[in-house]
Amino acid sequence: MTTLLRIDHVSRRFGGYIALNDASCEIVEGHVHALIGPNGAGKTTLFNIVSGVLRPTSGKLSFQGVDYTGCRPDKILTMGIARNFQQVRLVRGLSVLENVMIGAHARIDRGLIGNTAEFLGFAVAERAAREKARMMLEFVDMAGSGEMQPDDLTLVDQRRLEIARALASDPRLLLLDEPAAGMNPTELNELGALISRIQANGLTVLLVEHHMRLVMSISDRITVLSAGNIIAAGPPKVIQRDPAVIAAYLGNGDEPALSS
Amino acid sequence: MLAQQLANGVMLGSTYALVAIGYTLIFGVLRLLHLAHGEVFMVGAFAGLQLVLWWQFGPMVALIGGLISSAVLGMLLELVAFRPIRKRGNSHLAPIVSTIGAGLVLQELMTKLFGAEQMPFASAISHVVYHLGVISVTGSQLFILSVATASMIALHLFVTYTSYGMAMRATSENLQVAAVLGINVNTVILVTFGVASALGGIAGVLVGLNFNAISPFMGVEMGIKGMAVMLIGGLGSIYGAMVAGLLLGVMEVLSVAYLESSLRDGFAFGLMIIILIFRPRGLFQTGIRAER
Amino acid sequence: MWSSYWDSVAVFLGINVLMGISLYVPMTAGLISLGQGAFMAIGAYVSALLTKSNVPFLPALLAGGAVAAAAGLVAGAPALRIRGIYVMILTLGFGEIVRVFFLNFEPTGGASGMGGIRPLTELWQVALACLIAYAVVWRMRHLRLGRAMIAIHEDDLVAEAMGINLTRTKLVSFSLGALMAGVAGGFYAHQALFIDANQFDFSRSAITFLYVVLGGAANPFGSIVGAAIVTLLPELLRVVQDWRMTIFGTMLVLVAVWRPDGLLPAPRLRKS
Repeated sequence: MTTLLRIDHVSRRFGGYIALNDASCEIVEGHVHALIGPNGAGKTTLFNIVSGVLRPTSGKLSFQGVDYTGCRPDKILTMGIARNFQQVRLVRGLSVLENVMIGAHARIDRGLIGNTAEFLGFAVAERAAREKARMMLEFVDMAGSGEMQPDDLTLVDQRRLEIARALASDPRLLLLDEPAAGMNPTELNELGALISRIQANGLTVLLVEHHMRLVMSISDRITVLSAGNIIAAGPPKVIQRDPAVIAAYLGNGDEPALSS
Repeated sequence: MLAQQLANGVMLGSTYALVAIGYTLIFGVLRLLHLAHGEVFMVGAFAGLQLVLWWQFGPMVALIGGLISSAVLGMLLELVAFRPIRKRGNSHLAPIVSTIGAGLVLQELMTKLFGAEQMPFASAISHVVYHLGVISVTGSQLFILSVATASMIALHLFVTYTSYGMAMRATSENLQVAAVLGINVNTVILVTFGVASALGGIAGVLVGLNFNAISPFMGVEMGIKGMAVMLIGGLGSIYGAMVAGLLLGVMEVLSVAYLESSLRDGFAFGLMIIILIFRPRGLFQTGIRAER
Repeated sequence: MWSSYWDSVAVFLGINVLMGISLYVPMTAGLISLGQGAFMAIGAYVSALLTKSNVPFLPALLAGGAVAAAAGLVAGAPALRIRGIYVMILTLGFGEIVRVFFLNFEPTGGASGMGGIRPLTELWQVALACLIAYAVVWRMRHLRLGRAMIAIHEDDLVAEAMGINLTRTKLVSFSLGALMAGVAGGFYAHQALFIDANQFDFSRSAITFLYVVLGGAANPFGSIVGAAIVTLLPELLRVVQDWRMTIFGTMLVLVAVWRPDGLLPAPRLRKS
């Protein structure tokens, strides 16, 4: 039970508004760990801080024991943390396969000599990246879509493409920001199966989600946020019965679909 | 001696300020560079020259003539070179092409009408020299300074207190929101071009008076410098443009007095690059966000 | 007589195409340079100085390109973390600084310019250089660098989150473009035989910009089409000698309004 990611008393203010207040959390290696909470609870803020897009006002983040607070997103990717984007951010000017290849390249660097060699035809890294990208597309059940344009994909497929891209960088921790938004029950099941496959391959997943059924069925641990504070943390069964959690959801008028 | 140079610098700088304010106003509402603004400035100068030459009018009339011609030209440019592009999807590269084209056309037309050589700007202003303490200024220099100051004050009042001015500020903040609030954005943009170009025209006449020489190509250098001044003052900041223009005028005059005079034109851009590196939002950090 | 005139036009066309590609490269990454004239100037002066000291043409050309590329790194450094419009003004300013520099730099002639340059440029060399430049652009597109540039162009914050090193990619694309412009400058110097700072002023940079945007900034062949039109049109308009520039300027406005995205469509759109 090793800790892969440690969030240490992280706070984030925006002017006078406290989005996140003294949040602490440990993500265990190999777990699927969900972050849930009503709207405005601070989930996205925490997510963005963990992925390096936002800096915490105070607190520390460590990955595999190494403090990475304040690192830039591309550096964080090379450390082994990859993410998707809630509003799908694909490169429209590139094909589906090329989008995934960007992820594959993130951790391979051949330096100036190597890159020049690539240029002149010894495209070893290029072929490896292409192969990796194809494998990832297969993994997310999108084999054969490689030459399509991102704009031609359905939203669900665009989401899967993003996940494929994140996976192509060989991360140890995958951050998923509301991957299930807008999915119907069949697609939800497929997503659940995909996340389980990802977990079975040795990755750790940190998931921000609203779909309670999905969260309850695949998570090993859940952390609940409300109004910037962590109000509960533990396995799904415990969270489901936690009165504070129920109150947070009922009190906000959100769907209290906590039972799976 | 230094005080004299400072005074000269302020006078030169106020013309830079006027041109830079024009760029800033247009950038404020459109977020675009108006690469023919230098030619608008130039046309104003020639319009003023005509009034002085043909009809022996005095500098005041020249000024008004230059102001009006430039304003009309500026609004025409908006209708021809900017608006149609806005209607067709808002490319931000196409306006650069169209303004380059418009600038070329204006340069050529002026060359046809007046020849490509520099012309003296005959003026009827007295060349009486006034001595104010350690400074000596000629009548024309006083005229320039008072006109420039009056223009900037008028602009400030316009932008702050009139409904058009406030509409301009709202549109600069956020074009979509302004439209939703019921502001006729197209009219505001047109008025902005009119005001910006009028200031450019005033600057043209003033520069003509100051240097006593105008040419169809005087807009090129002034145009680029105007953009540099705009950046130094902070993109989108009118008051920044004013201060930056004055600052540059003083720097240039001092550089000619104490350094190699041919380096003069490089100062605008050297200063601009320094600002870009250390204070990208302009001298007073009033410009729009520079970092992405 | 006639054919040597058109020969010269062809050489200048090739030089202009090369300049167009030199701008196309950084523009692919979203960096709009209005200062390519500066790099052309650097390449022109450096190579001319070298050939005057009896350095052979090819090394002189490459040296000019290399110095221009280094200047590209210097000019590009402030452009790394600022937005598009600032980059335009920055490069504009850089162009002016270089112009003022050469205007004052006595060892290369200062305001009187540099004459007596050896006429070493030949059409086949320029054509070859254009082909190589195209090959580079094409190759790049199918490698990591090209993809990174396109990603940055669309959204550089997101590109960074996808693991792309913004600094390296932007600097490489900027100085690659500068290198090409420097080589074009070298060709220019040894064709025009006399160069001065004012030949590389903002008009030069603006015209280079026109090559790319007129043809279509999203299309690598756009620069050929644009350079061809802009170079050849004034030649064809010689019949209306006096009104050449006026007509040309009017056409620019018309094209910008009629086809804001350039004359050639973006490649992606052609597929569907």
